[in-house]
Amino acid sequence: MSRIFVHGQGAVSPAGWGVPALRASLENERPLPIQSLRRPGWVKPLPVRLVPPPPVRPAFLAHPRLRRASPTTHYTVGAALEAVGHDADLIRSGGLRLGILTCTMTGAISYSRRFYEEVLQNPATASPMIFPETVFNSASSHLASYLGSSAVNYALVGDAATFLQGLAVAAEWLDNGLAEACVVIGAEEPDWTAADALRLFDRRAVHASGAGALYLKTLRPAAAPVELAAVTDSFAPTRAPDRNEAARKMRAQLPAGAPDDLLCASERRNPAWNDWTGKVLTPIEILGEAFAAAAAWQCVAACDAIQQSRCVAANVSITGQSWQAIAARFVNPNYLKTQTRPQP
Amino acid sequence: MLFPPPKAPPPRRIVVTGAGVITAFGAGWKINAEGFRSGRTAFRPVTLFDVSRQRCKIAAEIDLPADLPPNQLSRGDLRRLQRASRLLLLAGAEAWKQSGWKPDGPLPLILGTTSGEMCLGQQYLRQTLQTPFSFKGQAERVTHYLVQQQGINLANALGIEGQVITISNACASGANAIGHAWEMVRRGRAERILTGGYDALCHLTFAGFDTLQALSPTPCRPFDAGRDGLTLGEGAAVLALEDLSSAQRRGAEILGEIIGYGATTDTHHLTQPEPEGKAAVAAMQAACASAGVTPEQIDYVNAHGTATPQNDFAETAAIQAWAGQRAATLTVSSTKAGIGHLLGAAGAVEAVVSLMALRGQWLPPQTSLQTPDPLCCFQIVRQPVDAKINTALSNSFGFGGANATLIFRRSP
Repeated sequence: MSRIFVHGQGAVSPAGWGVPALRASLENERPLPIQSLRRPGWVKPLPVRLVPPPPVRPAFLAHPRLRRASPTTHYTVGAALEAVGHDADLIRSGGLRLGILTCTMTGAISYSRRFYEEVLQNPATASPMIFPETVFNSASSHLASYLGSSAVNYALVGDAATFLQGLAVAAEWLDNGLAEACVVIGAEEPDWTAADALRLFDRRAVHASGAGALYLKTLRPAAAPVELAAVTDSFAPTRAPDRNEAARKMRAQLPAGAPDDLLCASERRNPAWNDWTGKVLTPIEILGEAFAAAAAWQCVAACDAIQQSRCVAANVSITGQSWQAIAARFVNPNYLKTQTRPQP
Repeated sequence: MLFPPPKAPPPRRIVVTGAGVITAFGAGWKINAEGFRSGRTAFRPVTLFDVSRQRCKIAAEIDLPADLPPNQLSRGDLRRLQRASRLLLLAGAEAWKQSGWKPDGPLPLILGTTSGEMCLGQQYLRQTLQTPFSFKGQAERVTHYLVQQQGINLANALGIEGQVITISNACASGANAIGHAWEMVRRGRAERILTGGYDALCHLTFAGFDTLQALSPTPCRPFDAGRDGLTLGEGAAVLALEDLSSAQRRGAEILGEIIGYGATTDTHHLTQPEPEGKAAVAAMQAACASAGVTPEQIDYVNAHGTATPQNDFAETAAIQAWAGQRAATLTVSSTKAGIGHLLGAAGAVEAVVSLMALRGQWLPPQTSLQTPDPLCCFQIVRQPVDAKINTALSNSFGFGGANATLIFRRSP
């Protein structure tokens, strides 16, 4: 099996456009301000954290495929282009086969909601321009078109844990030779239906939107290397009595690690990590709950912490909305210790 | 561990030891094989939702069986199962039973769908708009609307555990799921996998295709000179994949072998294929390369063949470019002529049809074809016919330019 290295990260989040904005908000350790979103029929709005407008209008928005695209597509492309960096030109020229994996739970939900509202009013006049944007793979398709990439391209749909499954699929593609580089993106967009649904399960949760991306290759980067050391099995709550058992199985697959490792978790109170004494980062508490995008931000934050020399290894632990438990481990290969790299 | 995976053995031969299918022809291999072999059509007026204000009023609806197959779900779980989950369970239980597998050890589920349980999303939105302060049943709707839940329901019904991956690559979803599962088992990342696709008819999707004027008001006629659009259907198909030596060791009945998979992206347009079908050609070539076969060795093509003017034009060009001189003698048909376009289930159901044809040594006809498009350079199967076929290729193309091709071989 090939070794897999992170060659770039991208983030679009309520903290702003770019990894530096994400880093700054996480270092600040204070929850970002809450905005409100109107819910039809209610006076009281729903609490959300929205992506602020970019400081400069991104050039990609002028692309014909992206003008009418959904927010989730814009976030996807923004995060992916930041992660891919200068390789975008190489991909466009046909010099690099790029595999694309988008991961989402709600997809282009604002467009789906808008379209169905139009259907309820009068199906004969519902907009044919909105409907195609509602398919789950519209964001990955637009990204492929923007980059001129005709290689393999999947949209994975599931809870937050799906982003880590996406990393494992990308590793397979790289190992099989289906792609020479892969970008894996987790993206979600703001909509009152998603914020309303989230409130049914956790009244304190704040719905957020945005995207995060990791750019993977088998070649070791010259500077600031981060290696994907492990992705555990994904333990869905099938036949398992509860989510805690799934989380414990997940934890058992990770190596013990070292006391100065970072834990980047989707929730602060996860019984699988009760014995963890190292530093814990929970981006959701600062940025909000954005499902697959939140999982991607966790990974971006973990890789960034290694690159910024704040740790040499980081575990990312996720329990998804379908109670699927999964974890990943990133390491600085220059400081690779035997106990930090799991054996298959 | 998903990564790093177990040490990979050399690529293995992967066979299908279980298959389950439900379409508008009915539930199960036998009734579907009869329907596809005879070239039946199963279109009728839509009854599941109101189509009175829409241009198209027909689809290939399924009469869901009153009873589900024996399963391990509680009465509460069964009560909560909606249409898409039921379709998936019916197909999955048939494949599971036929495979003879036992629930020992992890068993990944790799599924494809476009809409999951969209009917619940629709109900959720209607209730929030009509009665904004009523929350009754809403949490349950959200839980079961989530796409992953249908796979979890199937796993719980069969008493199996393992990761659930759902690929949503529009109308190529089912084929992508099977292709991805094939790669995983072939390269030793899993010992066996249940894989397939499912989609139930829902108002949002129906209205969406109607607004695009992609639906025909009459039953669809793929590759017909007078074709004017597709007809939607619904269904599910699930395959049990394992490596050949494991199947032979257990003495399992082998329904066929999957020998190739290719996936590419057409970057031309979100809904329309590039007219020359270049990405489709690349998908077919990639599938042939992984199978180690040439177009001359393909005996039958189960085309994507939606009956939209654009798809069939581009697919015709692609088949001609890929097959070259072989195209003139190549037998091709689109089984959407009988059961409609099953979207995320299409690639999986058409995989099962290809296996049926290989196993039964017949070709599935399009009996409703009136005037073949003169651009079609291949032999369209129009009447039921027996044939000696060893290798079949199945195309699936979707919105977003998702192209997938699978290649099957007769049981070894």
